[in-house]
Amino acid sequence: MTAPSQQKLKVHGPVVVTGNRLSDGAVVYRGAIGWTARLSEASVVSNAQAAKDLLVLASKDDAAVGAYVAPVEINNGQIEPGNLRERIRLAGPTFDLPASFGI
Amino acid sequence: MYVYDDFDRTLVDERVNEFRDQVARRLSGELTEDEFKPLRLMNGVYLQLHAYMLRVAIPYGTLSSEQLRTLAHIARRYDRDYGHFTTRQNLQFNWIKLSDLPDVMADLAKAGLHGMQTSGNCVRNVTTDQWGGVAPDEIEDPRIWAEILRQHSTMHPEFTYLPRKFKIAITAAAHDRAAVRVHDIGLRLHKNGAGESGFEVVVGGGLGRTPFVGKTIKPFLPKRDLLSYVEAILRVYNQYGRRDNIYKARIKILVHEMGAEKFGAEVDAEWQNIKDGALAIDLAFIADIASRFRYPKYENLANEPPALTQVRSRNSRFDTWFRNSVTPHKQRGYAIVTLSLKPEGAPPGDATSEQMDAIASLADRYSFSEIRVAHEQNLVLPHVAQRDLPVLWEQLEKIGVATPNVGLVSDIIACPGLDYCSLANTRSIPVAQELTRRFKNLGTQRELGRLHINISGCINACGHHHVGHIGILGVEKNGQEFFQITLGGRADEKAELGCLLGPAVPYAEVADVIEDVVAAYVELRDQPNELFVDTVKRIGVEPFKERVYAAR
Ligand code: SF4
Repeated sequence: MTAPSQQKLKVHGPVVVTGNRLSDGAVVYRGAIGWTARLSEASVVSNAQAAKDLLVLASKDDAAVGAYVAPVEINNGQIEPGNLRERIRLAGPTFDLPASFGI
Repeated sequence: MYVYDDFDRTLVDERVNEFRDQVARRLSGELTEDEFKPLRLMNGVYLQLHAYMLRVAIPYGTLSSEQLRTLAHIARRYDRDYGHFTTRQNLQFNWIKLSDLPDVMADLAKAGLHGMQTSGNCVRNVTTDQWGGVAPDEIEDPRIWAEILRQHSTMHPEFTYLPRKFKIAITAAAHDRAAVRVHDIGLRLHKNGAGESGFEVVVGGGLGRTPFVGKTIKPFLPKRDLLSYVEAILRVYNQYGRRDNIYKARIKILVHEMGAEKFGAEVDAEWQNIKDGALAIDLAFIADIASRFRYPKYENLANEPPALTQVRSRNSRFDTWFRNSVTPHKQRGYAIVTLSLKPEGAPPGDATSEQMDAIASLADRYSFSEIRVAHEQNLVLPHVAQRDLPVLWEQLEKIGVATPNVGLVSDIIACPGLDYCSLANTRSIPVAQELTRRFKNLGTQRELGRLHINISGCINACGHHHVGHIGILGVEKNGQEFFQITLGGRADEKAELGCLLGPAVPYAEVADVIEDVVAAYVELRDQPNELFVDTVKRIGVEPFKERVYAAR
């Protein structure tokens, strides 16, 4: 699949800008005052121009890399990832890691 | 084991220092991501979905116990206590911090390990038969040739910026355990009519978006000519390979578009200019490399000692494991033992630090301190005295690597998929986990016989799905995970690409469909020992399709 960062920007509904923290690769979101590890603190926009502006701003801040626009859903006022890929990025692999698996 | 010389050690140490400096400059903002990315890739560092990933090269799949302990140490100290063995005999750490990477590389270097040639458009880590040097059916140790190629290709200026990545595999046995026909160059060491040994050279094989089984362009190449001939292939590729289109840049596309015959003629023309030059290999050089492979001082032992036969007749669980996971060795009285990294419900190919440490100690005690990595994502103890098998088995059981499913339906190859990989369409590991639960009955698995399921989370085919007896490929449809299923692929000397069974099926149904495919095989095989892949070859996919889709 083409990585989201290389896809044409299409915005249908709420989106955030996300990337990986430079120092450790952790998933981060663009918030009002910079990158944050909490999705709840991400800036949510819902049109292409606003997403583009947020992306341009985020890309200038080198504390994270590979910034792209990702879909979210707003459920009961909570920001939640908008697809499986983003759910996995936020919550980690969908199975127990080997070390906790007891093997 | 191969013993590194000062040149290798200096090269690896220099690379660590360079990388330390590059990481510092990246973290301080002196280097941009665009400048840094090619540098990190040259050292095997990727940025994945939720972390950096470090791929460590395990040349020709051979590890010393000290090296395996180092990998365990890295997993414990810098990662989340486990590592993932890949289909290219490498090991991946999934949760490494960029800021820790220079220290990680330095620790690896102390054990002669590094991440070079595990990514980027270079000649990648050369892979070979995991039983190299011990398999009874080989004509000589193929790792000597893998090492000669490694030395020639590491840092080779012409081969560091190829149109695309380039993968070479070597086998020297009658039965191909290295999947040489699906590599950019596959080499099969064999003897000609006059009894001399040389290489069959196969080019243009590969999986991914446009899969091909490679074509033989030289049925017999004398050993002295290996480097000059490989160099000629790479030069022709460098000259004509498509740098303008990433999807057409692999050598397989060039060989396909040019035709194997014309490609071979171009290689021959190039080769004539260089074959008698500096690249001709003399016997002394081969002997020098061979002398740096240290072989164990085997004891003079008999096959099938009473200590083994008695336990086999008394303990059926041991006997089941023995028949599944133990194979004959070149040396009388010894055996090759495969350790399954595919216990029921676990992610295929993962090993915890504790397991790695324990396996290293068992290798010290029972396998002359040596371990091999198989491309099927299992580990191997290559030199075990047959008399030690019962006690070794007990130890392996304790650490969960004695599931007697090697080569059976639950010995699944799976790529990391969407749980880790930023290129993925779908998950692979949970599909594999579910299938191991469905087929957990070992008796049923044995009745089914050899059956390889290979799973990839996208068309890049790291899970080798095209050459699985059953191949499963993840595709995305309207944001949902779907899976295409192919039947009849194989990666051995009779390499073939699988045929599509029918329309892709959703995530929730894929395990049911595979169970139906397997049930159809049981009905359709003409005798109980006809292998799955042979049944598909004999009758094609249609009868499977009718049965599997009729019910849906
Ligand atoms: S096959 Fe695709 S999903 Fe799987 S590891 Fe390779 S690139 Fe990632």
